[in-house]
Amino acid sequence: MKAKVDFEPKIVVFCCKWCSYTAADLAGTSRMEMLPNFTIIRTMCSGRIDPEFILNAFVKGADGVLITGCHPGDCHYVNGNYKARRRIILLQSVLKQFGFENGRLRYEWISAAEGKKFVDSVNEFIGNIKKLGPLCDVSKYLSEKKTNNVKSSITQ
Amino acid sequence: MTKPKVAFYWNASCGGCEEAVIDLAEDILKVVEAVDIVFWPVAMDFKKKDIKAMKDGEIAVSFINGAIRTEEQEEMVKLLRRKSGLVIAFGSCSHLGGIPGLANFWDRDTIFERVYKEIPSVINPDGVLPQTKTQIGDKQLTLPEFWDTVKTLDQVIDVDYYIPGCAPPPDIIMDGITAILEGKLPEKGAVLAPDKSLCDTCPRSEKKPDKISMKEIKRPHEIILDPEKCFLEQGIICLGPATRSGCGERCINANMPCRGCFGPTKEVIDHGAKGLSAIVSILGIEEEEKLSDEDVQKLIDQIKDPAGLFYMYSLPSSLLRRKIMRKGE
Ligand code: SF4
Ligand code: SF4
Ligand code: FES
Repeated sequence: MKAKVDFEPKIVVFCCKWCSYTAADLAGTSRMEMLPNFTIIRTMCSGRIDPEFILNAFVKGADGVLITGCHPGDCHYVNGNYKARRRIILLQSVLKQFGFENGRLRYEWISAAEGKKFVDSVNEFIGNIKKLGPLCDVSKYLSEKKTNNVKSSITQ
Repeated sequence: MTKPKVAFYWNASCGGCEEAVIDLAEDILKVVEAVDIVFWPVAMDFKKKDIKAMKDGEIAVSFINGAIRTEEQEEMVKLLRRKSGLVIAFGSCSHLGGIPGLANFWDRDTIFERVYKEIPSVINPDGVLPQTKTQIGDKQLTLPEFWDTVKTLDQVIDVDYYIPGCAPPPDIIMDGITAILEGKLPEKGAVLAPDKSLCDTCPRSEKKPDKISMKEIKRPHEIILDPEKCFLEQGIICLGPATRSGCGERCINANMPCRGCFGPTKEVIDHGAKGLSAIVSILGIEEEEKLSDEDVQKLIDQIKDPAGLFYMYSLPSSLLRRKIMRKGE
């Protein structure tokens, strides 16, 4: 499909205030270049990211969600990052059952000093989502009108 | 004084909600004394035309159970909405989508394929599927359209209050009806049940240790269940932490874990997401810093069919509402 080549995905990146958000800041002040397709949402800790936030991002139009947090052992609240990892791993299985392709939800540990890793992780993630193409518009179902007898209107 | 008019209606449901009204036992007589039932397909012979003939708003309250999955159901609830002062979503299916809502993991094509062609007990060599219109000689037979997606009642019409449960227990129904008759209703949109979690009222929570850590996850049929210990302590997933109280701990008292039919408490948007978040936090994973993603994945994979489990009663009301279907699946 030609559309996929021109497709500019919308990405939400959740950043922990203590690590990856500072890394993103560092990437900026060091004038590193990166793809622009993302919006950052800052939280106090990756452990604060409720699975509802992630689902909401998809429902509101995100094609991919990247969660970033402190490296193992570095979380300011001891184990918030481990809790986040568990939730994301389980949510990945749940999303698969909801018909999402693998790779639309990922997480990455990034420390405050790793500006370059932030850039690389986000770029790579955006690249992967570009390959996957747009997420089927979930809101389309909500306005589902009359279907006809032969074809389902929601089959992609 | 004329008695307030009341209607009961059913959609995609199992009939249990009708049963629940009958289960009011003697209390049903009090209800019948206080109101005039003008429509109740399961028990009384009134027709759609009788409702159509009424003035808008003439029915004081309509209690509507079942999820919305066909054109006919949509038409009927829209008609009842017009004719009613208050609409109460009655039971889990109407409130959250309920068990019929699990059909949102499929769509009409895949459901019809399975039900009318693949099921071993079906003989259908010509592959006939239900049609909205069928011509037989000079007669045309019609069936209502079957939607791809099951909806909650409030996704189709405006709902004033919710009576939760699969099915709603008698005391919750009576409290709801009494509140309506006496005009002592909370703010519009409220679920007529306590806004506490089931764990708050569960008899097993007293002896529950402060910190639970589930080392292994089991399903109820795999172990002999202790009748007093919290299910989570026994490695059985219980949705009590994420579910609204008010059912009288029915499943718990029958020695079965909660599956969430009362839905979430007020502040929660997505019941399943809350449930999975609560359960995954208490997994007893040791020395987690040493574990790779694959190790954690293996432990979490012990939870079988997570989407079906955490959204057992609430799939249509969840943020995602349904599965994305792709051709050839
Ligand atoms: S988790 Fe279940 S068994 Fe345990 S206290 Fe809560 S409702 Fe009761
Ligand atoms: S224990 Fe849970 S599933 Fe069982 S009736 Fe109560 S709310 Fe519903
Ligand atoms: S403080 Fe950064 S992940 Fe917890």
